Amino acid sequence: MTVTENDLGAPAPSAGGDAQPTMDIVLHVWRQAPGQEGRMVTYVDEAKDISPEMSFLEMLDIVNERLIAKGEEPIAFEHDCREGICGSCGMMINGQAHGPQKGTATCQLHMRKFSDGDEIYVEPWRARAFPVLRDLIVDRQAFDRIIEAGGYMTAPTGAAPDANLILVPKEVSDAAMDAAACIGCGACVAACPNSAAQLFTSAKLQHLNLLPQGQAERYTRTVHMVETMESFFGSCTNHGECEEACPKEISIDFIAYMNRDFVKAQIKNRKLAGQQ
Amino acid sequence: MIGELSSHVPEGPIEDRWTQHKFDMKLVAPNNRRKFEVIIVGTGLAGASAAATLGEQGYNVRVFTYHDSPRRAHSIAAQGGINAAKNYKSDGDSVFRLFYDTVKGGDFRSRESNVYRLAEESVNIIDQSVAQGVPFAREYGGLLDNRSFGGAQVSRTFYARGQTGQQLLLGAYQQMMHQVALGTVTLHTRTEMLDLVVKDGVACGIVVRDMVTGQVTSHSAHAVLLCTGGYGNVFFLSTNAKYSNATAAWRAHRRGALFANPCYTQIHPTCIPASDEFQSKLTLMSESLRNDGRIWVPADSDDKRSPDQIPEAERDYFLERKYPSFGNLVPRDVASRNAKTAVDQGKGVGPLKNGVYLDFGAAVDRVGEDTIRERYGNLFDMYERITDEDPYRVPMRIYPAVHYTMGGLWVDYNLMSNVPGLFVLGEANFSDHGANRLGASALMQGLADGYFVISYTLANYLAGLLGTAPVPTDDPAFAQAETSVGDTVARLLSINGTRSVDHFHRELGKIMWEHCGMARNQAGLEKALTEIPALREEFWKDVRVLGGASLNQSLEKATRVADFFELGELMVRDALHREESCGGHFREESQTEEGEALRDDEHFAYVGAWEWAGKGSEPVLHREHLDFDYVKLTQRSYK
Repeated sequence: MTVTENDLGAPAPSAGGDAQPTMDIVLHVWRQAPGQEGRMVTYVDEAKDISPEMSFLEMLDIVNERLIAKGEEPIAFEHDCREGICGSCGMMINGQAHGPQKGTATCQLHMRKFSDGDEIYVEPWRARAFPVLRDLIVDRQAFDRIIEAGGYMTAPTGAAPDANLILVPKEVSDAAMDAAACIGCGACVAACPNSAAQLFTSAKLQHLNLLPQGQAERYTRTVHMVETMESFFGSCTNHGECEEACPKEISIDFIAYMNRDFVKAQIKNRKLAGQQ
Repeated sequence: MIGELSSHVPEGPIEDRWTQHKFDMKLVAPNNRRKFEVIIVGTGLAGASAAATLGEQGYNVRVFTYHDSPRRAHSIAAQGGINAAKNYKSDGDSVFRLFYDTVKGGDFRSRESNVYRLAEESVNIIDQSVAQGVPFAREYGGLLDNRSFGGAQVSRTFYARGQTGQQLLLGAYQQMMHQVALGTVTLHTRTEMLDLVVKDGVACGIVVRDMVTGQVTSHSAHAVLLCTGGYGNVFFLSTNAKYSNATAAWRAHRRGALFANPCYTQIHPTCIPASDEFQSKLTLMSESLRNDGRIWVPADSDDKRSPDQIPEAERDYFLERKYPSFGNLVPRDVASRNAKTAVDQGKGVGPLKNGVYLDFGAAVDRVGEDTIRERYGNLFDMYERITDEDPYRVPMRIYPAVHYTMGGLWVDYNLMSNVPGLFVLGEANFSDHGANRLGASALMQGLADGYFVISYTLANYLAGLLGTAPVPTDDPAFAQAETSVGDTVARLLSINGTRSVDHFHRELGKIMWEHCGMARNQAGLEKALTEIPALREEFWKDVRVLGGASLNQSLEKATRVADFFELGELMVRDALHREESCGGHFREESQTEEGEALRDDEHFAYVGAWEWAGKGSEPVLHREHLDFDYVKLTQRSYK
């Protein structure tokens, strides 16, 4: 496809002979300046001639180029690797976290999943623990606070034994990796009617709690992370929306294991306290 | 004035140098460490591992990242694995062999002593990562598994599915967050470094901008560590993350730090080709695919048939034809250049004729679809998500893309730049990969620098500063830097021209790719040297940055692109001066009769380190001569 530019510098697709059919969509986007009330704004002209080959974020790039050309501030949205691994991007697309394609982060969603004439509603993650900073950008620092509370193994640099001295059965390593695949995007919280962060927290916990190296701190870690989680987020009532929305398809089974470890921790930690 | 560049490499046999140096360097006693302030910029593998380690040792560490969380740094996207000379497979690996492979893979343009140290420390990285809980692939008995990678004849690559970078980064990030909880590390997120502060020739702090509020503030310390990654985004289209930029390194360069070998860029052969003009970035498909995929183009450039309609006899498997012994597994630079040649000859495939086929048909026939799915399933899924084509049925289309930059700020053996107090770690420095990086070596370098090198060499520097306080932030040096940052921001916001930042960035990328990409020649480079300044001038007259100072993504991009213009020009200048081909730098004037890269060791066996000479003045070249005492200089051949 070749491209022409209008006099304001915004690219617009040309009607080339071999051009693929493009689509016109109607885009409703949440716009919110810092410290102000937000509102939905509708874009029609800016969202015309969209190639189905574009990713969802490339569509927003085009809309932004056209907004800039008109002298309007572009839509702010978080993104970085655009390969579905950094966890930066994420928005509610027609009410679904990361949009309609299962197991796919927003950056990997392509416009071919939509049709000519579609209306698309785009909103930020909605959760009290994730305040909106601007437009579609939210503050997810609460996740870092949960990790800080215990999402690590205490292993100071240089103190480690030879790696092969620690045997980890393949099944255990694979299960830990399934949990560790979490990208920390926050879709689980956004999809949850209670804005609960159980899937995120349990994924991190089980990654560490499953491994032999993680046993020493297993129960204190569980208590600290769960309590920190509860100070920011709502409670889990087993809706399962988190698993459905997760771009890495992390299983809600991990939540059950987290709950088990939390209950065990109450007994275990009390016993340890009694020994002192 | 910069005198002769001294790498401060210790004397003695190469295998003893690092050990002896660790003993010879000065220490800072545990009770004195809390008296020192250290600033770390960037939280990728190098930054996070350095912050965790220095925090544990008792220094006061302040960490800055422009991301909302340290875990988002681009190290997270590395797929394949990390090399280490563990020799767990007993297949002939050793520290010396990893060292040898890396020097040779780098086409003899790296510093031998640094590479040897890297190979030595590689084994400790695996131990450290496993202790943190990095879920590396395992054998059924519970021992660690390995696989092989390009440029090596041993299995020394440790991996965690296709997400090795993610798991290593999470390990380092979590270790650092533990220190944040303990109060030894203070974390500043969404904060961007926009200047380095140098007083009396010594680095004493940085000026940053809070990206949410727009506030510009100063931070002073006894030492500054830049762990800010590479500059591949100069090309606009690359496999780098969109936010990756060179501003921190470039600002340090403008304050006196030398920039070494800027023209060494790695173009990775297996990426998904651009689909249209709106392409925002390119996606890498792992090098491992070349184990089973066969690369070809139609023999006739006018062939418009779909790939399944083209009979074997009318296909050109150009790598297998030209390099019978290595075939599709030639190193990255060779594979990339040959794909470019095919596309330049008009034989490219796909709607834009901008790719070559990577065909799994023969592999599926040989081992069956299930086996192929087991080996590459996640990659095939990703390919299908992006292109909407099923690679089990239709050959993949691939094309090379900018992936990694071997050049970076010049550092000595202690990872310190020529500006005392300024250290540079990971991809941001130039030191270990020469002119071409081998697969699975970037993660190794970032973590070796951060976990196992910097704590020793930094202590050696800090020991001499015991009893001194950092320069106060009300010093005129800070005030001047703050004003300069404020002025740049105000200027960008006030131009109110007609074209977006992305427009200029794309245009710059086109010039760089055309003239300073996979193949370079004098005429093209000279043309770029006139085009880039012209475009830069237009940028400063005509860019449109709407909005104000608070959370403004256009403004963030604008400051970065402004620096890309200057860095891009330096890359071209460096490529022009280096009249030889080596690794990722291919000068068309310097090739063998068969069209392979031809080094000129007599004239160019040195590191080219450039000194900023002020706006509008030509930079000054300094040379660090490279000696090869342990790996014999040879011409690489893959025939």
